[in-house]
Amino acid sequence: MPVKKFIVGNFDDEAVLFPAVKKVRKAGYKIHDVYTPFPIHGLDSALGLRDTSLHTAGFIYGITGTATAVGFITWALTTDWPIVFGGKPFFSLPAWIPITFELTVLFAAVGMVLTFCYLCQLAPFVKKDHFNPRSTDDTFVLAVECTAKTNESEVRIFLENAGAKDVTVMNKETEWWLGRYDKDDSKLIKKEEQIS
Amino acid sequence: MTLREQFVIPKRYNTLSIALMLLGLVSIIVLYITTHGSAGTVEEKNASDARFWASLLQNSVYFLLVTNAVMFFICATTLAWGGWQLSFRRVSEAISTCVPVIGVICGAVLLAICFSNNHSIYHWTDTEHVKHDPILTYKAGFLNKGFFATWTIITIAGWSVLGWKIRQLSRSTDDGALNVAEGKKYMWNNTVWAAVFITLFALTVMSSIPWLWLMSINAHWYSTMYSWYTFASSFVAGISLIVLFVVFLKNNNYLELTNNEHLHDLGKFMFAFSIFWTYLWFSQFMLIWYANIPEETIYFKPRVVGAYSGLYWLMFIINFLAPLLILMTRDSKRRYSTITFMSLLIIFGHWLDFYQMVFPGPSESRVPSLLFDFGIALGFVGLIMFVTARSLSKVPLMAKNHPFFKESVIHHT
Repeated sequence: MPVKKFIVGNFDDEAVLFPAVKKVRKAGYKIHDVYTPFPIHGLDSALGLRDTSLHTAGFIYGITGTATAVGFITWALTTDWPIVFGGKPFFSLPAWIPITFELTVLFAAVGMVLTFCYLCQLAPFVKKDHFNPRSTDDTFVLAVECTAKTNESEVRIFLENAGAKDVTVMNKETEWWLGRYDKDDSKLIKKEEQIS
Repeated sequence: MTLREQFVIPKRYNTLSIALMLLGLVSIIVLYITTHGSAGTVEEKNASDARFWASLLQNSVYFLLVTNAVMFFICATTLAWGGWQLSFRRVSEAISTCVPVIGVICGAVLLAICFSNNHSIYHWTDTEHVKHDPILTYKAGFLNKGFFATWTIITIAGWSVLGWKIRQLSRSTDDGALNVAEGKKYMWNNTVWAAVFITLFALTVMSSIPWLWLMSINAHWYSTMYSWYTFASSFVAGISLIVLFVVFLKNNNYLELTNNEHLHDLGKFMFAFSIFWTYLWFSQFMLIWYANIPEETIYFKPRVVGAYSGLYWLMFIINFLAPLLILMTRDSKRRYSTITFMSLLIIFGHWLDFYQMVFPGPSESRVPSLLFDFGIALGFVGLIMFVTARSLSKVPLMAKNHPFFKESVIHHT
């Protein structure tokens, strides 16, 4: 699992963060991500992130649910075990619509939650490094990823000029891992020593 | 950025609306002549006469309910303190000025049908017949000419007066900016009057009015879903009407502060309430289909399997499948072309919906030619275009002193 070097700017105002994001992108630095305590409208487009395809996935799950329900009920009630209910024909679609609807919703909902968790790498015991714990409380954290060509002090000054309250350089694990923060710290420190 | 606050009616628009109104008038006259010229037995004459009045009934009720649903949209969003709709609120207000105009036409048509000697549309107006009909005798406390006329007049007058009051409140802010105390007082007034309108709306469109005007065509039959179903129909069409006017104004470089975000939310309303309409449509159908009681299934016989089945399923495709599949994506709600197309389709689809509510009553075994009815519908469209543009041009296009106006400007879906 790779450990990379980041220059992390800490902003305390949303109004400063937006122009800063634009400036950093314009200057050509690679923004790893921005961490905020709450969702900010328009930040995704300012960061240049593409629209999520989660809803396409949801549509496919829903269609799957519809097909499963209609397919299974049709097979069960017309072929496998036909029973007369209230004098209706074996194939009586109106009676199946509620179940079809429920299964569509169930498939779409469960499928989308699982896909969302997969995309965000959320699961029990899965851990990810965070740059600044205050991004879960009251500050906005912008992490610039360093490449071989990046001049650290230049980026540091750039972020400070853009309005960052404090700027730090950090080595962070970008992937997720299973385990606990307190026990895995030592591994991380070893890796950091390897790259620096 | 300078805002164009005053709408000037384009010449071609005016010509078009007047031409459509004339077309509607011609359709009415031609339909009257074709349905009243021929000789025949009294019953044939009555059926032919009923076909004429049913067409007027369907069109005037539909367009009255649609324009009134726009006022409901204003009041519902006001009660929910929704600020997002303010950048185009004057458009909704202008559409709702059609309510008194179409209300007069609709009221006249309804009273004419109610008090005529031809009982082919409203069987319960035949007092001799009601005496021998235990079901109608039982319902006579509600279904009688006196109550029908009184309640119709009260309803239309109530909608018009309360709508006028709410528009008046909105215009009262045009003179100057409000301070905090005035703003609070203004919001309070707005909320109270919107609540009064919604109360009347609940007592009329959401309950008694569809029973009286439409469900009583099949006087023996009843459904508790009916009023909600009618309301859902008119509400979707009302939102579509707002979308059409917003897109029209945007294309003529008005409404600078209304953008794709607002259109997207209106599109969501169209999408959601199309599905809501289907939910009610299906609930009404399924319970009756399941129970299979003859006096209830009689309603669906001409519609689902009889002469009207083609129309019925066409309407289902237009009103459910098309909005579901086409309006599902984000882009289609934000693109002018798709949202305009869907608005037109939905307004037409719910017009068909009202058609199949009204016509199987007076003409059960044969679908009348839709040509004249469509012509009359275009007449009403022209009337709505004409009245709405007139009202739009009289007041500033944006209620820019409303306390929530900024919320609408920075609105983001």
